[in-house]
Amino acid sequence: MARRVPLGRQDERVAWLFLAPSLILFTTFTGLPVLAAFLISFTQWDLFNPPRFVALGNYLTLARDGIFGKVMGNTAYFVLASVPAQMILGLLCALALNRGIMGQTFFRVAYFLPVVTSTIAAALVWAWLFNTNFGLINALLSSVGVSDPPRWLGSTAWAMPAVITVSVWQNVGYAMVLFLAGLQNIPRELYDAGAIDGAKGWKRLIYITLPLLSPTTFFVLIISIIGSFQVFELVFVMTNAGPANATNTLVFYIYQNGFQFYQMGYASAAAMVLFLIVLVATLVQYRLQTRWVHYG
Amino acid sequence: MARAGRKTAVEWLIFAVLLTGVVLTCGPFAWMLGTSIKPDAEVFQFPPTLLTGDPKLDNYSEIFSAIPFGRAFLNSMIVCIAITLAQLIVCSMAAYAFACLEFRGREALFLIYLAALMVPPQVTIIPNFILVRTLGWIDTYQGLILPFAFSSFGTFLLRQYFKTIPRELIEAARIDGAKHWQIYLFIVMPLSRAALGALAIFAFVSQWNNFLWPLIATTRVEMQTVTVALSTLQGQYNTDWPLLMTGSVLAVAPVIAVFILGNRSFIAGLTAGGFGGR
Repeated sequence: MARRVPLGRQDERVAWLFLAPSLILFTTFTGLPVLAAFLISFTQWDLFNPPRFVALGNYLTLARDGIFGKVMGNTAYFVLASVPAQMILGLLCALALNRGIMGQTFFRVAYFLPVVTSTIAAALVWAWLFNTNFGLINALLSSVGVSDPPRWLGSTAWAMPAVITVSVWQNVGYAMVLFLAGLQNIPRELYDAGAIDGAKGWKRLIYITLPLLSPTTFFVLIISIIGSFQVFELVFVMTNAGPANATNTLVFYIYQNGFQFYQMGYASAAAMVLFLIVLVATLVQYRLQTRWVHYG
Repeated sequence: MARAGRKTAVEWLIFAVLLTGVVLTCGPFAWMLGTSIKPDAEVFQFPPTLLTGDPKLDNYSEIFSAIPFGRAFLNSMIVCIAITLAQLIVCSMAAYAFACLEFRGREALFLIYLAALMVPPQVTIIPNFILVRTLGWIDTYQGLILPFAFSSFGTFLLRQYFKTIPRELIEAARIDGAKHWQIYLFIVMPLSRAALGALAIFAFVSQWNNFLWPLIATTRVEMQTVTVALSTLQGQYNTDWPLLMTGSVLAVAPVIAVFILGNRSFIAGLTAGGFGGR
């Protein structure tokens, strides 16, 4: 007992040595860049001439910019359609697999495969599937008697639903895995107790499973919203934001202004809008999670 | 008897629906593979054939002459392995400090690292681009690797794991006169192989699929990673679907191999950390 090494001063120096690599990398590539992005958003800067301070100019331009309005509308459309779809399908898959169905591992792997796939490769194969004249999807549609199938990625009305479809395809497995983990956290005794009170089948689902799953559901909701607001690669490959900006979304707009038009200040202002949205979503999750937790 | 019969019927129905789901989730992969081995004439045939009777592997050699795809593969391997190793070292060192050492400002610094998970990568990408460009690191490996050499998610994951290691083990080693670097290297790291494995698989796969940063941090085709090379291929051969599908197959194959081999620890890592998973 007497030889116990005192924790304290000598720990302090060692600790900072252990932290040094992460501190340097974090400060250089995350900490300072966040501040820099904020500052750059108040300038006009094309990288060839020195930056010029324009105060809130970029934000005012964003507010007036008709394309940015369309971009936000498109992004909202994308989020509102893809998030509920991937959550409902993910939950249904998780509920089905949680019954201890045969081949559970196989199904889990098969459904999760799109999640680990490169979005660029996934977008390419789906662009080919959605091809108007030679794609498999229109071939199937005409084989069941659809005489005038959509032009999908070439159509202002159908391009976005096509992109949403691919996003849902890619993310259902992720929601499923999180829901499965949540379902497995529900104590068995609660089902046994419920069974005594006559809770079976649908009743069991509505009065026991879903309420107890709500912390997971809320977590999946926030994660999905944050992820969906960042859609970029699908748009980049499948439509290049077209036709006529019909699929231009927030991150594509940031990319376009920053790296195609070299408007670093304007792109940073748009990036700050994204940051704000993600921040609000995360804080809502943080504030509400305690209220949603039903078990310890 | 009747009840049991209905129950089995329901199970079979669910099984059938799940199988249909597999066709939907895995069908595109089959279509990718099927198109990549089709003769050109058959690709634009209507209605399309599901499986060609005359498979050809020409595309798998043509792709390497169409663009430097082999080089892109090598680049991706170098970048992904370097980032994975860097994250394992940097994150585990930080995690050791947070989990096993006492120092002033520990909770505050940990919160700052965690808060970084809320920052979408697209926010820091413009300043990082300007920084890397100023340093002359466009088209270099360090420019592709260093911005991802640390991960808040990885630090969080490892810290949670390190905290489960019994304190007595560490204190006993201290009493025997072990230095902290010895405890870190010879006790904590070997005991954490599961968590380190999960982080390694996760880091490798997400970097293999990373696109936006390598897209803007490279200008020369020789420095492109696989995902960027694939989008270059699309730009140059945008109607040559068999060639594009061949590129996709090659881009997807290593990740699917890693995923199927390490499926359990991959999913464990994803659900344990939650945030920053994507």
